[in-house]
Amino acid sequence: MIPLNHYLVLGALLFAISVAGIFLNRKNLIVILMAIELMLLSVNMNFIAFSHYLGDPGGQVFVFFILTVAAAESAIGLAILVTLFRNLKSIDVEDLGSLKG
Amino acid sequence: MNLQLAAFYVSAAILLFAALRVITARNPVHAALWLVLAFFTAAALWLLIYAEFLAVTLVLVYVGAVMVLFLFVVMMLDINFEKLREGFWRHLPLAGGIGLLMAVEMVLVVGSRQFGAGSAPSGPQPPAGYSNTKELGRLIYTDYVFPFELAAVILLVAIVAAIALTLRSRKQTRYQDPAEQLAATKAGRLRIVKVAAERPAPAAAKGEGE
Repeated sequence: MIPLNHYLVLGALLFAISVAGIFLNRKNLIVILMAIELMLLSVNMNFIAFSHYLGDPGGQVFVFFILTVAAAESAIGLAILVTLFRNLKSIDVEDLGSLKG
Repeated sequence: MNLQLAAFYVSAAILLFAALRVITARNPVHAALWLVLAFFTAAALWLLIYAEFLAVTLVLVYVGAVMVLFLFVVMMLDINFEKLREGFWRHLPLAGGIGLLMAVEMVLVVGSRQFGAGSAPSGPQPPAGYSNTKELGRLIYTDYVFPFELAAVILLVAIVAAIALTLRSRKQTRYQDPAEQLAATKAGRLRIVKVAAERPAPAAAKGEGE
């Protein structure tokens, strides 16, 4: 049988990788969105591991809701990205300074 | 080492490698494909601890819908990805340092036996005939019915927002306007021009036949 902390360590490593990914791809908005999806995956991993080891299916219901919200988030994020590209001809995060006073 | 643990280690290694490739891939299309592999492997890992419904949902929703959306957007936009990769190597020491620091911190907390996180050696085996999907359905429609409806509203908001953000009406599209068609009158369409029945006789018959 797999001990609980195996899953927790895996989730932690995945989260650290995706944080490093946000730092590495500072300019590319698409890869930043993908790294956020990876972060949500690592959080879901923790939820499911705890749900299994505590014998409580409530954690899996929570993962279900996180999946819903993450799908909505990425749909809106990509829609914003497409609109941005139409207006700026670029998805560089550095170019998004038009709200700066 | 039993088979379950071996499957866990193999899947975890594939998952971490795919995650690393997602953040380091030169081409975002490749990054999206590596992310698909990461989601598949995560679904396998969830199956190992009896979360069957969520494993299938992860493949259907993420691989089937969200990643296809990502691929569509990446391929639709004409972006110079090399320019976006500037500063990758400059940011690498900072990113690697912070990532390593976070990983070491969290592994020290959740991985060590001092804090009691590892004290659950194995979860309960579900009894024969147990249906994970049935149990989740029962919970969603009884205890969590209000959050479930809120999730539906969130999805609706996402649909409306995505369409409202990206919809644009083109100028050259042709379409029918029934109100305008019904409001058409004879005067608007038909113009009667008075034309003389005979042409005046041309005065130029003189040079003919000579």
